[in-house]
Amino acid sequence: MKRSSIVGAIVPPLVAVLGAMAATSLVIAVSGGSAVDFVATIFSVPNERVLITIINQSAMLSLSAFAAAICFRMGLFNIGVEGQYTVGACAGAFFAGSGLVPGPLNILVTLVVAMLAGAGYALIAALLKVGRGVSEVISAIMLNYIALTMAGYLVARYGETSGYTYVTAEIPPSSQPLGFNLFPNAPGDVWALSTLAVIVGVGYWFLMSRTRFGFDLRATGESTSAALASGVSVGRMVLIVMALSGAVAGLVWMPAFFGSVHSFGPPENFQAGLGFTGLAVALLGRNRTIGIFVGAVLFAFLAGQSNALQQEGIAKEVVDITQGIVVLAVVVAYAVVGRRRAQAEQERVARQLDAEREGVSA
Amino acid sequence: MTSIDLEARGIGKRFPGVVANHDVSLHIRPGRVHALIGENGAGKSTLMKILYGVQAPDDGTIVVDGDPVTFATPTDAIAAGIGMVFQHFMLADNLTVLENIVLGAEKRHGIGGAARQRITEISGRFGFGLDPDDLVETLGVADRQRVEILKVLYRGARLIILDEPTAVLVPQEVDALFANLRELVADGCSVLFISHKLDEVLAIADDITVMRQGTTVGTADPATATKHQLAELMVGSELPSPQTSESTVTDDVVLELRDVVVTDDAGRDRLSDISLTVHRGEVVGIAGVEGNGQSELVEVVMGMRRCRSGSIHLDAEDTTRLRTRGVRERGVGFIPEDRHRHGLVLDYPLWENRILGHQTRRPSVRRGLINRAGARADAQRIVEEFDVRTPGIDTTARALSGGNQQKFIVGREMSGEPRLLIASHPTRGVDVGAQAAIWEHIRAARRQGLGVLLISADLDELIGLSDRLEVILRGRLTARFDPAQVTASDLGQAMTGGRDA
Amino acid sequence: MSAEVMRARTYRYTMWLIVLGVIVTVSVVRIVTGAERMTAPGTLRAALIGASPILLAGIGGLWAERAGIVNIGLEGQMLLGTWGAAFFAYHYGPYMGLVGAAFMGLLGGLLHAVATVTFGVDHIISGVAVNIIGLGAVGYLAKTFFDDLEGGGPRNLSGYDTLPNITVPGVSDGALKLAEQEWFVISDVAGAVAALTTRISLLTVLTAALVALTAYVLWRTAFGLRLRSCGENPQAAETLGVNVYRYKYVAVLISGAFAGLGGAYLTMVASSSFSVGQTGGRGYIGLAAMIFGNWRPSGVLAGSLMFGYTDGITLLPNSGPLVHALLLLIAVLLVVFAVIKVRKGERTTGIVLALIAVATLAWYLSTDEVNGSFTGMTPYVITLFVIAVFAQNLRMPAADGKSYRRGEAG
Repeated sequence: MKRSSIVGAIVPPLVAVLGAMAATSLVIAVSGGSAVDFVATIFSVPNERVLITIINQSAMLSLSAFAAAICFRMGLFNIGVEGQYTVGACAGAFFAGSGLVPGPLNILVTLVVAMLAGAGYALIAALLKVGRGVSEVISAIMLNYIALTMAGYLVARYGETSGYTYVTAEIPPSSQPLGFNLFPNAPGDVWALSTLAVIVGVGYWFLMSRTRFGFDLRATGESTSAALASGVSVGRMVLIVMALSGAVAGLVWMPAFFGSVHSFGPPENFQAGLGFTGLAVALLGRNRTIGIFVGAVLFAFLAGQSNALQQEGIAKEVVDITQGIVVLAVVVAYAVVGRRRAQAEQERVARQLDAEREGVSA
Repeated sequence: MTSIDLEARGIGKRFPGVVANHDVSLHIRPGRVHALIGENGAGKSTLMKILYGVQAPDDGTIVVDGDPVTFATPTDAIAAGIGMVFQHFMLADNLTVLENIVLGAEKRHGIGGAARQRITEISGRFGFGLDPDDLVETLGVADRQRVEILKVLYRGARLIILDEPTAVLVPQEVDALFANLRELVADGCSVLFISHKLDEVLAIADDITVMRQGTTVGTADPATATKHQLAELMVGSELPSPQTSESTVTDDVVLELRDVVVTDDAGRDRLSDISLTVHRGEVVGIAGVEGNGQSELVEVVMGMRRCRSGSIHLDAEDTTRLRTRGVRERGVGFIPEDRHRHGLVLDYPLWENRILGHQTRRPSVRRGLINRAGARADAQRIVEEFDVRTPGIDTTARALSGGNQQKFIVGREMSGEPRLLIASHPTRGVDVGAQAAIWEHIRAARRQGLGVLLISADLDELIGLSDRLEVILRGRLTARFDPAQVTASDLGQAMTGGRDA
Repeated sequence: MSAEVMRARTYRYTMWLIVLGVIVTVSVVRIVTGAERMTAPGTLRAALIGASPILLAGIGGLWAERAGIVNIGLEGQMLLGTWGAAFFAYHYGPYMGLVGAAFMGLLGGLLHAVATVTFGVDHIISGVAVNIIGLGAVGYLAKTFFDDLEGGGPRNLSGYDTLPNITVPGVSDGALKLAEQEWFVISDVAGAVAALTTRISLLTVLTAALVALTAYVLWRTAFGLRLRSCGENPQAAETLGVNVYRYKYVAVLISGAFAGLGGAYLTMVASSSFSVGQTGGRGYIGLAAMIFGNWRPSGVLAGSLMFGYTDGITLLPNSGPLVHALLLLIAVLLVVFAVIKVRKGERTTGIVLALIAVATLAWYLSTDEVNGSFTGMTPYVITLFVIAVFAQNLRMPAADGKSYRRGEAG
């Protein structure tokens, strides 16, 4: 039982990753590139600079994935993480740059502001769902575009010019946390706030597997009707869970903001797309804490190694294909394995009971 | 129209872990109404799906007019002249009557005027009165059933299989259906009529085949067979008759509904002026044809639905405004009608299902945190006390048979010393052994002072378990009986609202 | 007279009345605000160019969803179409460009169909994955195949032939002249006629033909009935011998091909060059237009024209005053909706709408120009708004987005 469930959790993603690598190699070979170079480069040991990037990126990716996973576990599809973290980043950056709160406390309050902004933005989709029956997927797609446009407008209207673009005011130096200098000779640090990913991850695990709230949330995701009959107020849960997801989404870009960028201004001073990739990571990790961390590292690793591909004459966008196929392959693999396992268990139970019955009658 | 002669010989079908059919033999003779009867879970549905090509049999042969045939898909069965009317109608609400009928049979008369004419013609011949251009969603249940039958006739079916066609109909509609069936037979069709309602079977059938535990156990002649004989064939032994021993009813009121009115989204009354009390140690049975407000009654008591006016009290406390969780916290157990949708999370192991509905109470949960050890230990207790046949509490609910799932639910809902149990069809679709066990548990709890509100379609269950019977009809409680005195025919009359029925 | 004919007549009559009402309202607003460019041929031409790719994507979405598959992967399929159009047009001419775009979109559709139909994966998840793959593939393919071409670069390509334009002689000139007169209603209609008869791309004509063909095939043929039945009740279709998987596959493949053609429109008509990420979310807007259009071809057309208009005018020079004038139009329409809602008995919704109308009017009166950012946002805001207000009136196919496995019927 235990062993088969562990195998069931590890085999599908492994197969998916290998399958995706194979498919990508095929694409490269067909378009006249060298699949061998691709595999060799991807699996080479990254240098220290890339390693730091991988750590920082996986932190942001896992934050985004946890935001998505909170909703996934309840059967909600928060495709709006992208918009929520944009709004969170924008609000947080304006607040931090204003210097209203001095020193390190500014960091803490900014995080709260970003979370509130993300949660508030997520609540729009949640309210539309609960109040008007609008699918959260459709509204979130619209809200994602609105978020990016609004953020651009606000920065242009109230920000400062920087070269050809607009950005928010820089964080006061007193509010810039120090990073962890893992490799003294390499440029760049592991950002201080990358640790947020670990904190959120532990919190996520505890919430989901140990608390009543987590049980209600998961039960709703597995069977809304059974959850209703057991006393869960599903409408209220949608609001709370979407807000919670939005709050975590609000944190997604904060490590980069405090760690290196210090001001917000898309497209240069912002990293878009983390929300969508986070969804993919959550799916890859099957919304489990460890799975999400592993998935985030894998995706950050692929992205980190992609620059080295350029030197081999392979366009680095190829890893996007790999990532996309991994997601598709992993959900297919989980679906197939899930069906097989349910069937196998039913057979096993029936066999065991048959054996018991014969034992009794004999 | 030439009639069909269909014979099934030695049909077998296995699903993972279940033998649904084995050695099933059945002979449907031309121009006759053949009834197939059996309990829930006796394997009738599986056989039907095999005859209609939805599923392929593992063993056995189907012989049509003397020639062996194999049906890989319904198309093959349709081509052989077999049509099927499912219990759960297979209609697309957002398409018109015409579209629903011609779908899949477009080659016959196209999808335009010719088809419309043909449909009007058949509809007229049997007095169906259907307009081909109505949207199906605007039709009532009886009309939908006629669309289903028309669908089958349109394809030139010579054998019509009807799966529990009367389950959703009121008595007058049943009469109309039977009249239609007789006309069809006169027209040269054969009919396979699946049911577990013995009165109806005796009224309409020319031949009867009985199924039990996945196989055919005998045939009967409706001209000579009695209900009692048929029932014995179905069950395999004497009918288990639930006998409540001496009364344990007390004067303490556990549940009281006063003038409760419930309306649906469209503003129509679903429940009107319901007043009802349940005492400690009392089982109150609600009898009624399905769809007369039973679900609404259960939901309003459980806090899953709001009442527009009236009040609900648990002991002395007004619980009218409470939501489901609050109601459950006050000691109300709930055995839902549909265990797969409302009773269990099928993909959770049994121990997690133990927590369901008890999320705020020990031993499953303490101060907002899940108590795994407590939940597991108590799940184990339920498995043992209620004889749930499972390899263990880590097995998912889905892997269990229906009867064992139901026993687990009953066990869970009776834990934590409830004051009141709302039991909605507590033994629907479970095997006879589990049924007897569940009845015994309900009786035992009643002796301990539990109040029970029992909703059931099984009259034997209602009469055998209840201390008092209330009849619900069109959202009102219209009659009250003493189960010791009442006969099934009295009850039946009250349930249908027709003294002349 | 049969019920269907009656219904169809009433429906058509109502539609014409609405169209007429909109034209008159627009004309009045144009005259009141003095924004003569509102219905000028140039503006409407831009709107048409903006609307066509959205329409193609929306009709693509319609095909898939009528068969019960939510195709959020339209964006990715459209992206693949942009590349396919550029590649094939560059090497084999503009007509092969169309074929190539449709083919690339179809490949994206195939991916989605395999995942959702064969493996029963959640439609949204699969769609998101298709979009990720599409974006990655286009970036990769562009760099691999366009970098070394003349007129090419790692992320763009130009220098291929595009499709011919058609001008209807006589009609075009007359309409253009009439449109300049700034007459009430007449000039507005003339503006539309001029836009439709002057230098209209062959692909625009083809798009219109494909929309009509879609409506015909889906609602007037046995094939279409079967396809729609898979979106309404696949179990019922299965029991009647319809091969549901096959119809779902066909629908999603066609859906992808339509999205691919939408991509071709962007690279071959809306501009004459390809760049990575050229769709800019139009696949999603196509989906929105389909929802706005209540899963009907005529509705998708209306939605696409509306979104195309807001999309098209942002490209016009100095569009600020024009957008500003639109505020008044929106306020008027909101009042109309508010009245409709109140008369239907939904008072709260009506009041909210009226309040928003007042706010919009106040915005109109207190400013002279609207920031360009807001114009870019318009399609999204309007969609969100329309869905929120009319969610209860929208009717998606009953089994849309639901998982279907063969052999579970009955």
